[in-house]
Amino acid sequence: MLQPILFALLLLAAFGLFTWQVRKIRANILVGRDRDMSGHFGERLNKTLLVAFGQQKMFKRLTPALLHLVVYVGFLVINIEVIEIIIDGLFGTHRFLSFLGPVYDALMAVNEVLAALVIVAVAAFWWRRNHHPPVQRFTGPELRMWPKLDANIILYIEVALMLALFFMNSADIKLHQLEGKELPGTFPVSQFLANLLPAGSETTLHVLERAGWWIHITGILLFLNYLPSSKHFHIIMAFPNVWYSRLVPQGQFSNVDSITHEVKAMMDPSYEVPAPATNPDGSALAPTPFGAKDVEDLPWTALLNAYSCTECGRCTSVCPANLTGKLLSPRKIIMDTRDRVEEKYNSPLIFHPNVYGPEAKHEPVTDLANATLLRGKVTPEELWACTTCNACVESCPVNINPLESIVEMRRFLVLEESAAPNSLNVMFSNIENNGAPWAFSPSDRLNWADDLYVAEKAPARA
Amino acid sequence: MTPTSSPAKRQLTVPTVADLAAQGKAPEILFWVGCAGAFDDRYKRVTRAFARILEHVGTNYAVLGLEESCTGDPAKRAGNEFLFQMQAMQNITTMNGYGIKKIVTACPHCFNTIKNEYPALGGDYEVIHHSTYLQQLINEGKVAVQGGESYKGRRITFHDSCYLGRANNIYEAPRDVLAALDADLVEMKRSKANGLCCGAGGAQMWKEPEPGKKDINIERTEEALATLSGQAAALDNLRGVETERTAPSQHSLQGSIIAVSCPFCMTMMSDGVKNKEQESAVQVFDLAELVASAEGINA
Repeated sequence: MLQPILFALLLLAAFGLFTWQVRKIRANILVGRDRDMSGHFGERLNKTLLVAFGQQKMFKRLTPALLHLVVYVGFLVINIEVIEIIIDGLFGTHRFLSFLGPVYDALMAVNEVLAALVIVAVAAFWWRRNHHPPVQRFTGPELRMWPKLDANIILYIEVALMLALFFMNSADIKLHQLEGKELPGTFPVSQFLANLLPAGSETTLHVLERAGWWIHITGILLFLNYLPSSKHFHIIMAFPNVWYSRLVPQGQFSNVDSITHEVKAMMDPSYEVPAPATNPDGSALAPTPFGAKDVEDLPWTALLNAYSCTECGRCTSVCPANLTGKLLSPRKIIMDTRDRVEEKYNSPLIFHPNVYGPEAKHEPVTDLANATLLRGKVTPEELWACTTCNACVESCPVNINPLESIVEMRRFLVLEESAAPNSLNVMFSNIENNGAPWAFSPSDRLNWADDLYVAEKAPARA
Repeated sequence: MTPTSSPAKRQLTVPTVADLAAQGKAPEILFWVGCAGAFDDRYKRVTRAFARILEHVGTNYAVLGLEESCTGDPAKRAGNEFLFQMQAMQNITTMNGYGIKKIVTACPHCFNTIKNEYPALGGDYEVIHHSTYLQQLINEGKVAVQGGESYKGRRITFHDSCYLGRANNIYEAPRDVLAALDADLVEMKRSKANGLCCGAGGAQMWKEPEPGKKDINIERTEEALATLSGQAAALDNLRGVETERTAPSQHSLQGSIIAVSCPFCMTMMSDGVKNKEQESAVQVFDLAELVASAEGINA
């Protein structure tokens, strides 16, 4: 009777703590600017099925895609067993789902095979990150210290969970052998591991089996509560993030409506600017800047992006600026956004990790009170290196859009601070004065057509 | 259809929308020239080639001429939303005033801006990029890409423009046009959705790059040259690029071509080829230039 009560308390505590953390993260995301992402149900469902559930964009790189697929499918399937563990734990049953008979046999067999494959895949992941030199995209200034440790912790926990699963199953098999009973289920891996267990007393084996069971479920519940502190939170956030993908062409940048009203009023004095939105009590809203200086100036989808990032670095590995040695790394912009929103608003973290240290920043910030996302974490040098080529957006397996945040911060630099590089200011004034980004006279615009001849020749088909 | 020894030629008077309006007429399609197409010496040749093609197939077209102004693309990418919208509304007022419905342009940046960003400001048009337009002319048989220079067997690699490719998912039209030339098309490892930017987008065209170890156009030109010579597999910086693979082979660069479909790519790739001192062997051409020359309508 003691075990179910303990288990119920553990379960309650774990899910309570997790909910508490998720609520803080939700509040953080909603700090961002409003953006209507409703509608397009069919298109969003389609994207979510293909990109999130179907891992479509992972398969641009075959090796990591296959390794990841193993861990992902393992996660989904082994979760079915977690349901059984929870039922067993709460009601004191043993292998509750075994009434499924052959289905249960298959389920356990698949579980064991997947668990073994997960260990192999995780070992490969570990090797890719930690051998010398590691895979290029797992390096970089933003991937030192906590993010590097976090990535390895996840791998260690995953292996530990799989080992606990095997431990639990093999002890159970051995125990049943000793008792001369048959254990329901098929265990292609544990049936061999069972032979390695000491042929001790039933009591010892019983303790071992219980230990495996408790370690496995406690590990899972601890892992669940580690997620909000970790890049591994992507296993949850990837789904809403893909659901709320931008559905317009990647080349289409957002329109700033407040500027549209101003420009329309300038061009047509009779144009009536709509009344600004007010607080529910009718008072004026605090003025919002053009572009983004800090996290609350970004659309909420950009903050959702930040919590969906698993720091895989595909974006940075295809960024033309980063490839040629510039400071810009799209991954760092996303990581900075998450770090900043937790620094300024709710920290949902049980552990408060150091981020990646001051070394990564080329313009050290002395004024910590004003250490906003822009300048406090992301330097103008990074932002101005972007070619807006969309390679980062295209590469992201969960449809994160670093480009949008870059452009929002450029808008702040230009419209609020007039802090564009001088050569761009020259380009702006050329457009204003000549209607072209270069210093040419507008009256020469049709000169290209001078002395233009075409050979007289009948078209192929009229 | 055989090329004549001394082809007759006629001078073009490029019609402006204003001229047509004065005669109570309107063009079926507006040729949006763009600033690079109007002012950049190298890209003016592309504009001229495309105008020849439009004339050759008898398109009912016109240009805005002096009434055209920058779409605002570089201002918008650089964060100057105010200037962008000023430019956009000015152009939209002009085009709506003439009742423009359909636009063709040889600049992917103008294409993207007018197609995707003008509608929110009141400018709704059917916009096509010249690569799609050329593809249609070839498919309809209006252009045979015969009778002029032969590109049969020449090695050509196509450099994707970001604002045509990833921004608007146009990958096949330019390749179809090149395929019609019967040339030896080779793909760079980083192509289509994985294409590497030339380095000029996002207003980089007008500024010096940030400090780094290399310029982006050099990185891309090295890839293009290595692809044309069949040595891309040996490039260190392509190791780990898991995209299209090509078997190593050995080709002379002489006479090979980097095809582009964007004025900024044109500048960046041409500069890259010069930097690599290959300009006597490798030429950079826009699709319209290749089609006009293959059709034999240059004069």
